[in-house]
Amino acid sequence: MEPGTLSTFLKRGAIWGFIVLQLVFFSVAGKYLSLSDTAFMDLDNMLLLLKQSAPIGIIAVGMTVIMINGNIDLSVGAIFALAAVVMLDSMTWPVFAGLGDWVIPVGWGLALLTGVVLGAINGLIVWKTGVDAFIVTLGAMLGYRGLVFMYNGEQPTSHLNWTLVDFAEAQFLGLPTAAWFLLGTVAAVWFIMNRTVHGRNAYAIGDNREAAVNAGIRVGPHFLINFMLIGFLAALSAVVFYSESGSVNPNDGQLYELWAITAVVLGGTKLTGGSGSIISTLGGVIAIQLLRKGLGHIGADTETVNLVIGLILIAVLFLDRQLNLKGKQELRV
Amino acid sequence: MSQSTPALRLENIVKTFPGVRALDGVSLEVLPGEVHALMGENGAGKSTLMKVLGGLHQPDEGKIIVSEQLVRMASPLDAKSKGIVFIHQELSLASELTVAENIYLGELPKKRFGLVDWQKLYAQTDEILAKLKVGFNAKTRVGDLSIANQQMVEIARALTVDAKAVIFDEPTASLTDAEKVVLFDVIADLKDHGVGIIYISHRMEEIFKITDRISVLRDGSYRGTLVTAETNEDEITQLMIGRSLDLSRNVNHNELGDTALEVKGLSCGKLYRDISFEVRRGEVVGFYGLVGAGRTEIAETLFGLREPSAGKIFLDGQETRIHSPADAISKGISLVPEDRKGQGLVLGMNCRDNMTLPQVDDLKAGPFVAEGAEVAIFDQYRDRLDIRTPGWKQTVGNLSGGNQQKIVIGKWLSMHPNVLIVDEPTRGIDVGSKSEIHNLIRELAGHGYAVIVISSEMPEVLHVSDRIVAMYSGEIIRTFTSDEVTEDNLIQAISGITPDKAA
Repeated sequence: MEPGTLSTFLKRGAIWGFIVLQLVFFSVAGKYLSLSDTAFMDLDNMLLLLKQSAPIGIIAVGMTVIMINGNIDLSVGAIFALAAVVMLDSMTWPVFAGLGDWVIPVGWGLALLTGVVLGAINGLIVWKTGVDAFIVTLGAMLGYRGLVFMYNGEQPTSHLNWTLVDFAEAQFLGLPTAAWFLLGTVAAVWFIMNRTVHGRNAYAIGDNREAAVNAGIRVGPHFLINFMLIGFLAALSAVVFYSESGSVNPNDGQLYELWAITAVVLGGTKLTGGSGSIISTLGGVIAIQLLRKGLGHIGADTETVNLVIGLILIAVLFLDRQLNLKGKQELRV
Repeated sequence: MSQSTPALRLENIVKTFPGVRALDGVSLEVLPGEVHALMGENGAGKSTLMKVLGGLHQPDEGKIIVSEQLVRMASPLDAKSKGIVFIHQELSLASELTVAENIYLGELPKKRFGLVDWQKLYAQTDEILAKLKVGFNAKTRVGDLSIANQQMVEIARALTVDAKAVIFDEPTASLTDAEKVVLFDVIADLKDHGVGIIYISHRMEEIFKITDRISVLRDGSYRGTLVTAETNEDEITQLMIGRSLDLSRNVNHNELGDTALEVKGLSCGKLYRDISFEVRRGEVVGFYGLVGAGRTEIAETLFGLREPSAGKIFLDGQETRIHSPADAISKGISLVPEDRKGQGLVLGMNCRDNMTLPQVDDLKAGPFVAEGAEVAIFDQYRDRLDIRTPGWKQTVGNLSGGNQQKIVIGKWLSMHPNVLIVDEPTRGIDVGSKSEIHNLIRELAGHGYAVIVISSEMPEVLHVSDRIVAMYSGEIIRTFTSDEVTEDNLIQAISGITPDKAA
């Protein structure tokens, strides 16, 4: 075996090991500390967990692609909110009044289109100006959020369509709708990243941009496609979530970009790009949700949960750095 | 070697950079099926010439002719499409991708819907890898390969296109003997197929083994082409070094004081092994070797940037460990780094602030920085080192290379070190300032500093050193006193040739 294979294997599998560790810990600790009688590893509880993971999870999948490509997108939370506003509001537009329940796909389509367009704007600016994606999407985060407030002021945008709610609350083959969307997204994006030329080029660009350019890969168009993809996924996340809740506050989706990045990083994707896995990001998303539920199960409050997640994130990155430092005989800086 | 039309011809290539004439009318002709060595000291213009050929630099004047067609190389990709393929010394691979993906980077075979045609990709890659007889397969992740095997991946790339000429830049620098044999077979194979090969190397042994002709560059100009079978090492060395440089070997020895620094059996992983030497006060010890021989890594260890895996360091006879650069500075070791602009200076800051950077914490008046004390230090070293600047407010980035280097040296002198390590003291510095820096180094030794000079330029090492340590791939081959050193025995030592094997 070539050197490095074992540590690579450990690092790739680490997130699943962490999840198993949590399951065991919370099951055992729950017996002594939990206020409820239900077991932690109850099937319904786990299905609910998958459903609750969906909004951040779908965005995190897109964020993985962006980060593999060597960029970052801070505007996803704002895109999420704006897409939700467009979806719920468009269903009440008089133009679509005669459509009946056919207004649902129309509203969805408009929301997803909104996401793609906003993503494309980010991508085009990054491509054409060469400004760092962090700055571009930081600006977009503020700007798109501004659009949300311009739409309806401080007021929530609400529209309940019971057909839609029924669909969102339905279960198919035992899995809730939102979970299907999450798993479908994971599968589709995994396929794009691992089976298409675009996906492999995205890895190459993030890994060694100069080598990619020298090999004739056009970096800009790949950036654009990936920003459109994450815009689409942020909107899809909104579609899934608000089909059920039916009401969006102008501040919804704030900090989603940071939760998504947290999940991606926990899943082992490198901040510098070139390396990462969609499946591991799913692991990262589940790990965070599990931690929240688990800590809740044993009686911790929300503030404690955030503190613990923050500490774990730093600990994970510290371990990762130590492993790499040892392996490469880097300079002590 | 056939007598057909050249596979590749460069005519009168001129390339200037601000302040430097990097290439001064260089011509080179490579015939199909010929292995043509390109030789010259570091900085002679080889890599600039290759960058012009590879489309990374556009020449100011001159022609590039491939198979009798006048061409312009717009980009590296353009050069590749015209049949000019590079095997780079610095690897340009995506380490997270597989071998196959790297070999066909940018040219992955496609099926419908933009899907990768993995079957075709792996089949084509296996075919190429079979030719190279390597021990890894198409699906191996490149990051899991040894450096030597990564080099083989680079080489495999050259075999994917219909190459007219292939340029190998120090291809054996990281290869084992067995791997070299494979590489030479590959080169022979390319040769049989009528490909012209440019082979850049310092290693005489290899040059005589595989090349047909040798062209030599010195100081950016073309010095002649020799037929390998009809020449010898002396003739090549003569062309490479020449006599025009007015730098004689150092004969003025200072009076030596106590041993300031002694190193015994120092090793650091694969970077260098079993290094022992000493430097006395008043002495300049030159470290000479090829890039990658381990010299800079030793300096980094002494400055606390790397942790040695074995060995001992003594300062003034006391065994010590150096934990960090701050620790090194407090123990009287200073390092003027190789990359002046990247590691030595804060280019956007002014002269005074750069010079007092390491001691600004000691110059406080209460909680504030004592600007007067800073200016006093700057003035003192400006006069002592003859730094030419309009004043301390000048941004360092606007100074000439020579004056920048003096700021760095001044910075460390103001810390009153015992041991001063200077890595590539005159890289990118014009000829006039070079001799000033050289004189300065001699003068510092005269004042009782123990000085280590690391240089890739032989005349420089010969000119400033009292003793010269010759290194080859991480080991000290021999330590010369300035009386016994000659260009020939020094070049042999750093090329890995033992005296009895040399012709």
